[in-house]
Amino acid sequence: MKARSAGAAAAAAVLLLAGCGGDDGVTTLTWYINPDDGGQQALAEKCTEEADGAYRIQTSLLPMDAPAQREQLARRLAAGDSSLDIMSIDPPFIPELATPGFLAPVPEDVAERTTEDTLDGALAGAMWGDELVTIPFWANTQILWYRESVAEAAGLDMGEPVTWDEIMDAAAEQDKYLGVQGVRAESMTVWVNALVESQEESILVDPSASAEELETNLDSESGANAASIISRIGQEGLGGPGIASMDENQSMLLFQRDNGSFMVNWPFVWAATNSAAEEGSIDADVPDDIGWALYPRVDADTPAAHPLGGINLGVGADSEHPELAYEAIECIVTPENQAEYFVTNGNPPSSESAFDDPRVEEDFPMADVIREALDSAAPRPQTPYYNEISESIQGRFTPLSGVDPDTTPAETDSYIMEVLRGERLL
Amino acid sequence: MTATAENTRKNGQATKRPRKSDRTKAEIRLGWMLAGPAFFVMMAVTAYPIAQATFDSLFSFRLTAPDERSFVFLDNYLLLFTDGMFWRIFGVTLLITVVTVAVELVLGFALALVMHRALKSMRGLLRTAILVPYGIITVVSAFAWYYMFDINSGFVNRWLSWVPGIDSDLDWFSNFGTAITVIMASEIWKTTPFIALLLLAGLAQVPDELVEAARVDGATKVQQFTRVIIPNMKAAIMVAVLFRALDAFRIFDNVFIMTGGDANTEVLSLLAYNQSISRLEIGLGSAVSVVLFICVLLMCVIAVKGFKVDLASGTDSSSGKKDGGK
Repeated sequence: MKARSAGAAAAAAVLLLAGCGGDDGVTTLTWYINPDDGGQQALAEKCTEEADGAYRIQTSLLPMDAPAQREQLARRLAAGDSSLDIMSIDPPFIPELATPGFLAPVPEDVAERTTEDTLDGALAGAMWGDELVTIPFWANTQILWYRESVAEAAGLDMGEPVTWDEIMDAAAEQDKYLGVQGVRAESMTVWVNALVESQEESILVDPSASAEELETNLDSESGANAASIISRIGQEGLGGPGIASMDENQSMLLFQRDNGSFMVNWPFVWAATNSAAEEGSIDADVPDDIGWALYPRVDADTPAAHPLGGINLGVGADSEHPELAYEAIECIVTPENQAEYFVTNGNPPSSESAFDDPRVEEDFPMADVIREALDSAAPRPQTPYYNEISESIQGRFTPLSGVDPDTTPAETDSYIMEVLRGERLL
Repeated sequence: MTATAENTRKNGQATKRPRKSDRTKAEIRLGWMLAGPAFFVMMAVTAYPIAQATFDSLFSFRLTAPDERSFVFLDNYLLLFTDGMFWRIFGVTLLITVVTVAVELVLGFALALVMHRALKSMRGLLRTAILVPYGIITVVSAFAWYYMFDINSGFVNRWLSWVPGIDSDLDWFSNFGTAITVIMASEIWKTTPFIALLLLAGLAQVPDELVEAARVDGATKVQQFTRVIIPNMKAAIMVAVLFRALDAFRIFDNVFIMTGGDANTEVLSLLAYNQSISRLEIGLGSAVSVVLFICVLLMCVIAVKGFKVDLASGTDSSSGKKDGGK
């Protein structure tokens, strides 16, 4: 009796673990999603319905921040977890997962259909070595948010591109704070990379180099310029007293206060600021004072390269149903669904036509700026060793006040090289 | 000549170890049957992972580059011991261990004395109240302390604004001195009750007659404390110190939550975590873990051999033997 019930329990456990073959024989696909406002869950339900019994998508939640999501996905993929049918992947980690063959190849026809009108920046983030290894789902980018009152007082014409020097001067003159991310986190690499790319340079010399040969290019004029912007904000205290713990959310809160001036941040701040104004946690007229523009330039004559974020969808190499998974992905990433996701969750589409959706223009008056930004967005260093490079940059460029344009870039370069060659700890 | 000597030695050994009686054999068998399963489970969940980590630490192995796994022998350890960063982290860990254990010992003693002497009637209630911080999950208490001191959401800067050096612009977690102070304060707040309880048990073990005899002999309160009470509870103190030191050396949660290793507050456990979990460098991470394990083992050995602490009975082994003889 006991043995039988133990056997039954074991069988039940196996069924649960296998996670497929429900009562009705419909194949279940598991979609590992990053936390959002429920938009991916809604898309999973919608596509399940549209599949009409071909498959069912169930979602499984990944950790909050992108590096932790990478850790979980990488560990599961390395262990050959067959439940990774669809994964929401942050673009910088794609090369690391693609190189060892952890991702199932994208069928050519699917690649063609899903990237017909993908914005250039978003498409670049989904590629690895000239090959599409994931399907772009939504694309994120940072733009410049500003308080109209501050820009006006500074005499800046926000219809024209502004430079970092201009906004730093404006903030310093009016004794206001700049909204930047000074915390030692992924956002630091986002910032440094955008500053370097805005000078038409790249952090990596040759992205395809092996760990032994990988070189970074921070010890250059572009690296020094980037460091001097960061250093000035740190040393003059332009980012406020809490700069060392300032992440995207905290800088938004700073921006909403009376001493907010300019801020580089993702579009989520628009919906968040509006709902804060509605709830009454900030002055109701704050949203009216907020304007938006393209990312500030480093050099007045060179267009800025916008930071690129977002989520791409990949299929695990050990998935038992790769064809169905790609079928489901095709359903998820239709422009219509991307527009829906933008409107409900505030995450911008990677498809150009999704921006034409009337709902988008209504809810996101800055959609045009975002679209333009996404077209000129530059991915972060694309290499399987992104994590090492990013953490080295984060460590060397924080605290902001300790950044020295003469030494920090060169130190970062040599530190990254030593770490990658296994000569230093990270 | 040598042969005879060896013979005598063998004979000597033989006479020293008499043949086990059936009863002893049965007892040993019963002992194994009772403790054996637990022993094997312990081996499976501790010895096996330790052996596996030691094995892994000899390889250069990155989880996302499974094909490039290669045997590097002691290179990972060499990298650790030649990197200044490792020694800095080791120093920080040691600093946290020494400071927290020392402060906790003093505070714990004070609490134990209060519970033992002053408030006998309320002892039960007091003991429960004192234990509350220890019952809180470390991650939760770390978050509570983090939000208290955080420059954006904390209230400490406002409360303590009258203290010189503290104002609303002080970011506690942005520099080493203040960050490590908060981390250690949180650690002390949380685990002092543990030491206090162990010391209370030690205090209760000191026979009242001894203290009374000392008093009759004219010993002052201080003398009673330093000459009678403390020597008699040396074992309890050592056990408390050892347990806490081992815990403090492996500190992780507080640092992970509050600074994540920023402002040079990284500790050994966090280093191991960063190498194996976030860098996915299984070999290097295992090497750090093995070093951490050896450090903990060394602390145990020093305490057990050097200070003759008997972990099993909570007394020092010399008095344990005496007790056994009674």
